[in-house]
Amino acid sequence: MTLARKKIFWAYIFLAIPIVFFAYIRVYPALFAFQMSLHDYNPLAAEQPFVGLENYEKVFIELGKTKSITKSAFGNTISYVALGVPIQLCLALLISLMLNEIRFMSTLYRILFFLPFVTSTIAIAWVFRMLYQPRFGLFNVILQMLSLPQQPFLRSPQQALPSVLALVIWQGMGFAVIIFLAGLKQIPRTYYEAAEVDGASRWHTFRYITFPLLNPSIVYLLVLQTISFLRMFAPVVAMTEQGSGGPLNSTTTVVLRVYREAFQSFNMGYASSLTVVLFAMILGVTIIQLSITSRRIN
Amino acid sequence: MESITPSNIFKDQGRVRAVGKAGDSWTSKFFSYLVLTLIAFTMIVPFMWMLSTSLKPEKEILRRNIFPIEPTTDNYEEVINGTDLPLWYKNSFIVAVISTVSVAFFDSLAGFVFAKYNFPGKRPIFIIFLTSLMVPTEMLLIPWFIMSSNPPIGGTWVDTYWGIAFPGVITAAGIFLMRQFMQGVPDELLDAGRIDGVSEFGLFWRVAVPLSLPAIGALCIFNFLGNWNAFIWPLIATSRSEMFTLPVGIQQFSSEADTPWNLIMTGASLSVVPLLIVVIIFQRYIIEGIALTGLKG
Repeated sequence: MTLARKKIFWAYIFLAIPIVFFAYIRVYPALFAFQMSLHDYNPLAAEQPFVGLENYEKVFIELGKTKSITKSAFGNTISYVALGVPIQLCLALLISLMLNEIRFMSTLYRILFFLPFVTSTIAIAWVFRMLYQPRFGLFNVILQMLSLPQQPFLRSPQQALPSVLALVIWQGMGFAVIIFLAGLKQIPRTYYEAAEVDGASRWHTFRYITFPLLNPSIVYLLVLQTISFLRMFAPVVAMTEQGSGGPLNSTTTVVLRVYREAFQSFNMGYASSLTVVLFAMILGVTIIQLSITSRRIN
Repeated sequence: MESITPSNIFKDQGRVRAVGKAGDSWTSKFFSYLVLTLIAFTMIVPFMWMLSTSLKPEKEILRRNIFPIEPTTDNYEEVINGTDLPLWYKNSFIVAVISTVSVAFFDSLAGFVFAKYNFPGKRPIFIIFLTSLMVPTEMLLIPWFIMSSNPPIGGTWVDTYWGIAFPGVITAAGIFLMRQFMQGVPDELLDAGRIDGVSEFGLFWRVAVPLSLPAIGALCIFNFLGNWNAFIWPLIATSRSEMFTLPVGIQQFSSEADTPWNLIMTGASLSVVPLLIVVIIFQRYIIEGIALTGLKG
C-alpha cells in the first residue's frame, strides 16, 4: 500500500465511528423530524396517518387567531428576542468598555460578571423566582424599604415576561462581556493614540474607532444571542406555576409549546411542525449573518 | 486682545488638553469603578440570597431578615438524607463524564482527520457536519425520544445513563474547534513520525493530542459545564426520580402545592457552589477558551 493510499484508508477508519454517531444523533433525527411533521404522529395511537401539510396549516391558522397559545408562544418569543438581545448587548458593551479602562481588580470583576453564565439556569431561575415573591421576596422588601408600592412581578400577566427576561439578561451578560473584551483587545493601541493626538472626543473615538472595529464581535453576538433567546425554555419552566408559561400564557415560548404539545399531549406531529418553523427562523438569522459577514470581506 | 501665534495656540491647547485629560481620566475611572461595583453587587446578591435562605430555619423563611438569625444546617441534612439529591448528583456527574470523555476523544480524532488528511468525500462530509450546527437541538428532541423508546440495542433507553448521554457523544462545534487547532500541528512533525514507523493512530495520540491540550481542555470544560447544567433533554429522557439529573430534580422539588423554598435554595446551593469553586480555580482558562472559541456552554 502506498503512503497516500494508507493515509486515505486510515482517514476513513478514524472517521467511521464519528460519522456513524453523527448520522445517528444528528442527521437521521433531523430528517425524522421533517417526516413526523407531515404525519398525525401520536406515539400512543395505533397508526400515524400521513396528513401532508395539515400540521403547518394548523400552525398558521392558530397564528391568525387571537388568544391562541401558539400565537402567544410566538409573540412572546419575539418579545424576548426584540427586548432581550439589544438590552443585553448594550449593557455588556458598556460594561466591557469600562472594564477595558481599568486595571486594578479588573480580573475580579470579570469573574463576578461571568459566574451567572456558568451557573445552572434552573437553579438560579428558582432563586430569582424567590426574589420576586410577594411580601418576603427581596425585590418587594427593597420596594417597601423605599416606601414604594409592592409589585406582583411573576404573578401579573403584564410584569411576568419582563421579570423572566431580567433573569435571562442577567445570566447571559457575562458571556457577551468576555466576547466584547476579546474584541476590544484586538483593536490596535496606535489607533487610539492617533485619535488622542488629533484631539478626538471620547464619543468620536467610540463612534469612529471602537464601534466599527468591534463590528465582528457585535454581529457574532447578535446572531448567537438571537438564537439563544429564540430557544428559551428552562427559565420559563422554572419561574412559572407548574412550568406552564403563565400567568395567562404571558411568558410561554415556542419551545415550551413544543414540549407541552409533544410530551404532555403527545401531538408529536404538530409539535414537530412547530420545531421546523423554529428551525426556519434560526436559519433565517444565520443566513442574514452570513450575507453581512461575506459582504464585509468583499 | 491677545495676539494669536502658532506657538501660542499650541501651548494653550497643550495645557488645556493635559488638564482635561488628567481630570477626565480620573473622574471617568472613578465613575467606571462605581458602576462596575454596583453591577458586581447585583451579580452576587442572588447567590448570597440563595446561601442565606439555605441556612435559615423554616420559621424564618417568610420573614424579611436577609441573613439568618439562627443559622442552621437542618435544610442540608433534610435534602441529603430525605431526598434523592445525592443520586441526582451522581447521575449528573456520570452523564457529564461519559459525554465529556466521548467528545474529547471523538471530536479530536475527527478534527485531526479533517485538518491533516486528504481523502475523497472530505468536503461533503465536512459540510454536513457544519450544516448540522444550524439545526436546533429542540428539533431533534422528539425524534430522540422516539429513538430511545425503540432503540437498536436493548429494551428502552429511557431512564438509563446512556439514554441521557447519547445525544451528546459527539459535537459538530467541537470537531470544528479541534480542526482549527490541529491545523497548527506541523506536517513535518507528522512525516518525521511516519519515517520513524509511528502508526497513524500513534501520530494522533502521541503528536497531535499533546500539542492540542489547551483546546482539548477548553472543549472538556465547556462540555462538562453544558452537560451538568443541561435541562430539556434529561427532563424528557427520565421519568423516575432515581434517574433525574440535578436540574431536573430541583425543578421537581416544587411539584407539591406548597413551595419548600428552604429546600429548593439548599438544592440550588449544592448544585451551584461546588461548580463555582471549580470555575473560579480554572477561570483564566475558561475565559480565554470562550474568547478563543466563542463556545457556549
